[in-house]
Amino acid sequence: MTALLEVERLSKRFRGLKAVSEVSFTVPEGRILALIGPNGAGKTTTFNLIAGVFPPDEGRVTLKGRNLTGLKPNQVCAAGIGRTFQIVKPFGQLTVEENVVVGALARERSVETARRQARAVLERLELADQANRPARSLTLPDRKRLEVARALATRPTLLLLDEVLAGLRPTEVDRMVEVLRELNRREGLTILMIEHVMRAVMALSDRVVVLDHGEKIADGAPAEVVADPRVVESYLGAEALD
Amino acid sequence: MSGLSGMMPSGVTGRGLVLLVLAALGLAVAPFVADRYLVSVLTTVLWFAYVGQAWNVMMGFSGLLSLGHALYVGLGAYVSAAVFVHFGIGPWAGMVLAMLVAVVAGCVIGFLGFRFGVKGVHFALLTIAFAEVARIGFDHITWVGGSGGFFLPVEAGASDPLNLRGSPVLFYYVALALVVGALFLSRALLHSRLGYQWLAVREEPDAAEASGVDLFRARMTAVAVSSALTALGGVFQAFYFNNLFPEQVFSMGRSIEIILPAIVGGIGTLVGPILGAFILTPLGEALTFLIEAGGLDLPGLKQLFYGAALVAIVVFRPEGVWPWLARRLRLVRQPGEGA
Repeated sequence: MTALLEVERLSKRFRGLKAVSEVSFTVPEGRILALIGPNGAGKTTTFNLIAGVFPPDEGRVTLKGRNLTGLKPNQVCAAGIGRTFQIVKPFGQLTVEENVVVGALARERSVETARRQARAVLERLELADQANRPARSLTLPDRKRLEVARALATRPTLLLLDEVLAGLRPTEVDRMVEVLRELNRREGLTILMIEHVMRAVMALSDRVVVLDHGEKIADGAPAEVVADPRVVESYLGAEALD
Repeated sequence: MSGLSGMMPSGVTGRGLVLLVLAALGLAVAPFVADRYLVSVLTTVLWFAYVGQAWNVMMGFSGLLSLGHALYVGLGAYVSAAVFVHFGIGPWAGMVLAMLVAVVAGCVIGFLGFRFGVKGVHFALLTIAFAEVARIGFDHITWVGGSGGFFLPVEAGASDPLNLRGSPVLFYYVALALVVGALFLSRALLHSRLGYQWLAVREEPDAAEASGVDLFRARMTAVAVSSALTALGGVFQAFYFNNLFPEQVFSMGRSIEIILPAIVGGIGTLVGPILGAFILTPLGEALTFLIEAGGLDLPGLKQLFYGAALVAIVVFRPEGVWPWLARRLRLVRQPGEGA
């Protein structure tokens, strides 16, 4: 397995607070990697560093060997990384379909073609029946799905998912897990996901990286990681040992 | 504000289409049935509809609040008038130059704003500052008359449409052409790749950027298109009124008059600025007429009326009159009713 994404010694400080400190990990092509850890561990900051929201103080991000460090979010998107936002950011006044068309236009110049692609993505995420509704009128689970749809429409080689399962009911979690598994298995889409829903993490991920206080404290197969005493102590809590 | 839905002509109902055609026909034949005064009022209405549409490209489509659009009107007016008076260059060539100058000014403002992260209200202040600098600056440029005003030569009875010299009816049709042109251009832009990107930037800049949109470029093109269109309005104004005073052309009050129709009609909609101009300008004129007929001398009452209209809209119809009217009269299909 070759590494698709390589994160090397990434660090970021916010006014003296070390949000991310020398974090390194790789995401192999075609795999699903989960980034877990307690609140404030630096997961979303790591995502933002990869996606180009702000540059790292130190460290490097490469995708297929190409250095992405210091690129702007739109350039990172063009390079092949699609992302969702933890706090969903739909284009509220636009319809669901128009939201996804914007994503598709990242790689497509013709609006007509982009619209066709958007419809296909909506089908796959079971949002087709909502296509003409304003995005602001969607329920939270549908908004989360729309985030994924919009990111997918940019035709990424790597998909960054920031807590797309948070706030969903168990049945909705299962549906989303199924969709993500399909995307991974059928199309070989590589996924890096921040997730708190451990059930989904265990079901989906090939590898798990654990962050705590901005540092990586574990990196390995899901079963190994959840058995790691440091992970249990910092994140999962004693009840996970049962 | 609204998205593409509800304003797409494909979403226009049969009833809406009939109304649209009737309105267009009415405007086309108006000079044959209306008297001189009414034609001049209608010309003013169309002018505000046009510049409102131009302003809408920035605010309505891209979420960039400009409160200094008088700058582009003024630059367009002065540039085209200056090359006409001093070099005998007609308005057709002059307007290209006028648009160019306005675009450069817009891009300077845009560059300062977008490069240094000046957002929202602060960006609006930047646009005001530039318009004010121009207003004061042009007072001192004697080449174009300074504060004493700049005048285009007027020959009574001259008819030279190609040089925008002619009767009020000529100007009426030019204004109408501008409105129709701007409407179709706005519609085409909105349905283009750029239009989608503008709306995305307006709605959620971060998400737009993550979806591959170059924020700087999208915003700069919005400013460029808007300032170029507005400058054309300035060219029209110069050749229609034949006199220019920095105090009027670049005034803050003019900037506000430009944006009111779009706010009243519906920011971000295609029909809004036009409808807004047809509501506000005639009411303002009627008010002035009534006051004068009553023998009263109340300067500033029109401004007071505009203020009251704005408050009423913000309180009762914050999205503007058009979206509400279109729903009530079923002029457009609503999302979910099928396209």
